[in-house]
Amino acid sequence: MSAPAYREQSSIPLEAVPPTEPSYLDGGGLMGWLNTRDHKRIGIMFYGAVLAMFVLGGSFALLLRLELLTPDRTIMDANTYNRLFTWHGIVMVWLFLIPSIPNIFGNFVLPIQIGARDLAFPRLNLASFYVYLAGSAIVLGGLVLGGTDTGWTFYTPYSETTPDRLFPVVFGIFVVGVSSIFTGINFIASVHMLRAKGVHWRRMPLFVWSIYATSIILVLATPVLGLSVLLVGLDHVFHLGLFNPASGGDPVLFQHLFWFYSHPAVYIMILPAMGVISEIVPTFAHRRPASYNAIAFSALGIALVGFLTWGHHMFVAGMSTIDSGIFGILSMFVAIFSAIKTFTWVATLYRGDISFNTPLLYFFGFLFLFMFGGMTGVAVATQSLDVHWHDTYFVVAHFHFIMVGGSVTAFLAAAHYWYPKMFGRLYSERVGLLCATAVFIGFVLTFLPQFLLGNAGMPRRYYSYPPEYQWLHVLATGGAWLLGFSVLLAVGNLIVSLRYGRRATANPWDSRSYEWLTPSPPPPHNFPETPVFDRGPYDYELSQEEVYARAYPR
Amino acid sequence: MDFLRKLLFLPEQASTIAKEIDWLHYSVILITFAGVFLITGVSAVFCILYRSRRPRRPDERRPPGPTPPLWAEIGLIAGLFALFVAWWGVGFWQYVRLTEPPSDTYDVYVSAKQWMWKFAYPSGSHTINTLYVPEQRPVKLLMTSRDVIHSFFVPEFRLKFDVVPGRYHSVWFTATKPGAYKILCAEYCGTDHSRMRGEVVALTASDFDRFLEQDGGGGPGDPESMSANASEPSLSLRGQTAAAKYGCLRCHSVDGSPHIGPTFLGLFNARVPLEHGGEIVADAAYLTESMMDPQLKLHRGYGPVMPSYLGYLQPGEVSALVEMIKSLRHPPASAPLQLPANRTFPIPDAPPLRPNAQESSP
Repeated sequence: MSAPAYREQSSIPLEAVPPTEPSYLDGGGLMGWLNTRDHKRIGIMFYGAVLAMFVLGGSFALLLRLELLTPDRTIMDANTYNRLFTWHGIVMVWLFLIPSIPNIFGNFVLPIQIGARDLAFPRLNLASFYVYLAGSAIVLGGLVLGGTDTGWTFYTPYSETTPDRLFPVVFGIFVVGVSSIFTGINFIASVHMLRAKGVHWRRMPLFVWSIYATSIILVLATPVLGLSVLLVGLDHVFHLGLFNPASGGDPVLFQHLFWFYSHPAVYIMILPAMGVISEIVPTFAHRRPASYNAIAFSALGIALVGFLTWGHHMFVAGMSTIDSGIFGILSMFVAIFSAIKTFTWVATLYRGDISFNTPLLYFFGFLFLFMFGGMTGVAVATQSLDVHWHDTYFVVAHFHFIMVGGSVTAFLAAAHYWYPKMFGRLYSERVGLLCATAVFIGFVLTFLPQFLLGNAGMPRRYYSYPPEYQWLHVLATGGAWLLGFSVLLAVGNLIVSLRYGRRATANPWDSRSYEWLTPSPPPPHNFPETPVFDRGPYDYELSQEEVYARAYPR
Repeated sequence: MDFLRKLLFLPEQASTIAKEIDWLHYSVILITFAGVFLITGVSAVFCILYRSRRPRRPDERRPPGPTPPLWAEIGLIAGLFALFVAWWGVGFWQYVRLTEPPSDTYDVYVSAKQWMWKFAYPSGSHTINTLYVPEQRPVKLLMTSRDVIHSFFVPEFRLKFDVVPGRYHSVWFTATKPGAYKILCAEYCGTDHSRMRGEVVALTASDFDRFLEQDGGGGPGDPESMSANASEPSLSLRGQTAAAKYGCLRCHSVDGSPHIGPTFLGLFNARVPLEHGGEIVADAAYLTESMMDPQLKLHRGYGPVMPSYLGYLQPGEVSALVEMIKSLRHPPASAPLQLPANRTFPIPDAPPLRPNAQESSP
């Protein structure tokens, strides 16, 4: 490739002016949105749907916490409680967390970050959205009409003998899984085929790496889960005797199949979050990541080792002792890869030029909560300790530290970080910082007491509990409501700013990553002209002007 | 250390293993706390030291930051890995000890159902929701479920294991002091999962003997068996009844002579050669497994002809059968037992195969 000559001045306006050409948001009417093949519009539609699921799952959680205020009945009976925690888990895991960051921000940002005009299969992308909607409708319909009180884990034989209806829900989950597979294939194909000229593998933004690793898990693991839960549903309806020992089946086999997906699913939820953080830290520190390779390859490492750790959910389920030992040590590797990432993020801050905006504050919340969640993960992978902690509130607290403290915090960070790019406006920084602090405090108040409850021996999924645990439960309930309101306030801040926020420039954070090269919001085909890159996404040693010139050579 | 235990809200340590496990717990949690606060603190310090002090200009270039030396990175990661492996090693070692009972245990059969616990003792008595055990003596629980998965959890013993239908899981513990400790069901099992609670009552040796004497039938919490107290036969006697009822003795002899199936005499704790190679100790778990899934580990030299009794045998009957086989451990000094010729059920006044010892230790 001959060295391109660079323009003297970039044609991209660095000042805040309304973009001259229409953005992806303009025109088309309702049908223009519903029929769109634009990855950005599909991302925004996912945004709406997934946020609705988040609010729904969150309200279930708040009701559960209200019930737990007193050791016995507070506002609902035992069956309602059992259904609600099932609904909370199913909605949060399959309808919110798994599609959240990949389907919203992955969809919106990933094609721009590889310099492409769209994903490889735009129609498949739209199909993914409608399949997700259909699956969600089936799941929610099944929950409301059929009850379903099995817990989100569907452990057999209880799930096959419960009087509540089960099949619609597991069928809905199967359908949502199809949507995940569509999206995963699309991302993998796009990363392989659609990178702009000059974006070779080591010039891909780190968010792309983590979405790529996530997609591998989505494509390889989701079929196993889809089929396993479908078999449970069929077993429930037709009594096939697959997982019920009364008819010759094996309940522990189901646990193996279930966790073969559902443990990697944890990495489906946390890897994109790590990707978001890996973008935010260099942007706000205005520094190249301390080690690009470390972050990129540890994402792949987590995705691969994550497939070999599922047995740590079954230390007391009757697995052989030696299997438990092997699964225990393999689980430690995940912690090592996560530690590599954590150290790299912190090292990136060193001698940076740090501007302190809302996404960076969310990063701090993430860092603390994710490390705490990760280290307690090492603790529960230590077999003898897990015997005491298994199925107690300690485990509940541990995975909420990862799923809420990690994933949801990173989700909020991403929502603020890419907000100017998505909507062309700036949110209120003051309210944003306030909310980030409140989310952190609410979270710690909710889940730190749950570690102590678990130590004290409080099992999970308990409608009524021994009264000595009450005051910790009251603390957790207060924290949960604070958390709920501060998340609502954060989302409200973003919604209000859609109309009243100041106009954003193309690159309000002074980032070097590729998505900030286009106007905010981007035009329908992402770039005003086809970019050819002669630089990486973290070249802070180049000036802003050189950065533009080296993407649009003339 | 007791202060630390209370700070972490851990319940008291009432089993031999609890203290050791808590030591590991303290070290893991303290190092976790220290690490998390250290790293968050370091990054907070970076954010203050290296905060942006002036607005950035579009023509500004930032020199590439320093990269930490490779040896430091590798050393840090290797150190962390060594720490994790050390925790894993200790944890695995403790876990192996948790799962390997000593040989001289007092055995209690546990059957769980929605939403209660039933405990059957070798003496033939049984209790509901309250488990009586002697202190300072290893107790082994052989647990199964009659419906869905439950989990036997005693926080004070740091002990938990799933109770799975169609399988027998064994756990053991040694209670260190007399007292009453909560039993909680830890695996979600339906409407009253949270009320499926019981109690372990650890008694001194003399109290425990008294419990066994006066409590031939059921425990205090078991009104149903209280009435049948007087006529309740011992566990191994009920095993004989069950063996006759289910036709076990048509194929298995009790006098040492091989028949269609292996003899019961001296079978318990014997090393059994397997059809597909290897051998196995015929302990309670193997015996119960062979009732439920006879072809899984077939005794060498015998055909795969035994049907599964899964779903036919009640858990109490399984423990009774095992107890009967256990009572046939040594070759009888006197004449072998004469079985009733017609083998009808019930066997009236069948004599015990051996004087039924209340303890099961060899």
